[in-house]
Amino acid sequence: MRDRIMYVLATLSAALLTWNLYKIFMILPDEKNQGAIYRIVYMHVPSIFTGFTGFFVALAASALYLITKDLKYDAFAAAVTEVSLAFASIVLATGMIWGRIIWGIWWAWDARLTTMLVCWLIYFGYVMLRRAIDEPTQRARLSAVVSVFGCVDIMIVYKSIEWWRTQHPAPVLSVRDGGGMGPGMESPIYWNWLAFMCLASILVMVRMRQESISREIDSLRRMAHAY
Amino acid sequence: MSPFLRATLTIAAKDLRSEFRTKEAFNASLSFSVVILVLFSFAFDPTSEQMQAISGGLLWLVFSFASALSLNRSFARELQNDCLDALVSAPIPVAAIFLGKALANYFLLILVEITALAVFALFYDTHFAAQLWPILLVIALGTWGMTVIGTTFSALTVNLRMREVMLPTLVYPMLVPALMAAMTLTTDLMNGIPLGGDNLLWLRVLTGFDFIYTLLAMVFIDIVVVG
Repeated sequence: MRDRIMYVLATLSAALLTWNLYKIFMILPDEKNQGAIYRIVYMHVPSIFTGFTGFFVALAASALYLITKDLKYDAFAAAVTEVSLAFASIVLATGMIWGRIIWGIWWAWDARLTTMLVCWLIYFGYVMLRRAIDEPTQRARLSAVVSVFGCVDIMIVYKSIEWWRTQHPAPVLSVRDGGGMGPGMESPIYWNWLAFMCLASILVMVRMRQESISREIDSLRRMAHAY
Repeated sequence: MSPFLRATLTIAAKDLRSEFRTKEAFNASLSFSVVILVLFSFAFDPTSEQMQAISGGLLWLVFSFASALSLNRSFARELQNDCLDALVSAPIPVAAIFLGKALANYFLLILVEITALAVFALFYDTHFAAQLWPILLVIALGTWGMTVIGTTFSALTVNLRMREVMLPTLVYPMLVPALMAAMTLTTDLMNGIPLGGDNLLWLRVLTGFDFIYTLLAMVFIDIVVVG
């Protein structure tokens, strides 16, 4: 059953991405001020949406673990955080490429960039912490707490655009104050988000399967030692 | 006095008493901060104008490095003779243990910081007398932020194999909003710019950070220490 879901999601994601790439590169015109490079927004923004959705899902899973003490939620939280970390890396990479072309520098120490980097470092710390603890329940407990603390940092990232002066482009989507994108330019962002979410779900499922197999190997090893 | 407060103060007094008998953490933090202050003089020209512009940042780097030394030991010192188990099994809330330790750390760090501030003023010819009280306010708020995060993560990493490595990896990214605010405020104040206008925004960030993480720490410390 799980295999079948994965195949369906993979097909959906591949079809969506192909159609979107065709639309982004063949149909949509260059942007008035930025030229061709603006197209990177179609990777950048959906990645950050996917990454942040993942971090919030991980927060919920961590909270569920703390309430139920069921290790299944811990495995889910860990898988989602790792995948979201990958998408956060895409956000940083695409943002840097865009910055190199438009601002002329790879990295501007702007508030939003900095906080995004900090956020990445926090979740990298989360992954490192998991590696440092062998005992499964202790690992689950402590990393759940770090996930909660990290999520508070994400909220600071989100608020930072209002709190701190920034040279990061203002939000361009129409859900916030009208937005600045031309007609038809905005929808591929949402379609790409959907495609990325499908992709992320597949990765999470693969990661969770790895996790359960490694647990099985662990228990087999323990059994072998017992003899 | 409520039983919670009494337990908190007892723990704080215990920590401070054992610290002032050996002065281990205090001496280490203080000599470390003086060493860093000396090293800074090689990194750039200590007599230049540029010095004034980065003074706040330098000061907080010294504070945060020095704090790592004493915070690291906050819970680790209880490992000997299973003191931590005895503390946890005492009939007082874990939050009181945490708050007591945090208060002791806070008091100690403030002492180290005031001394380091005096050394800093001597070596680097900074003028903060005009804004002394606002600077002390920023130091008080920033140090509380460092203490809360540091003490929480000291408890979180106390049983880990790589405690000394994991603590800074987790703590510094979490501290970024607080350090950013404290550095900006201190630099402005040292350059004679009084609190007000843009500054108040940073003061709000710092206060909000302290408030949010104190609350989170009090809620989650039970899970971290006991499980």
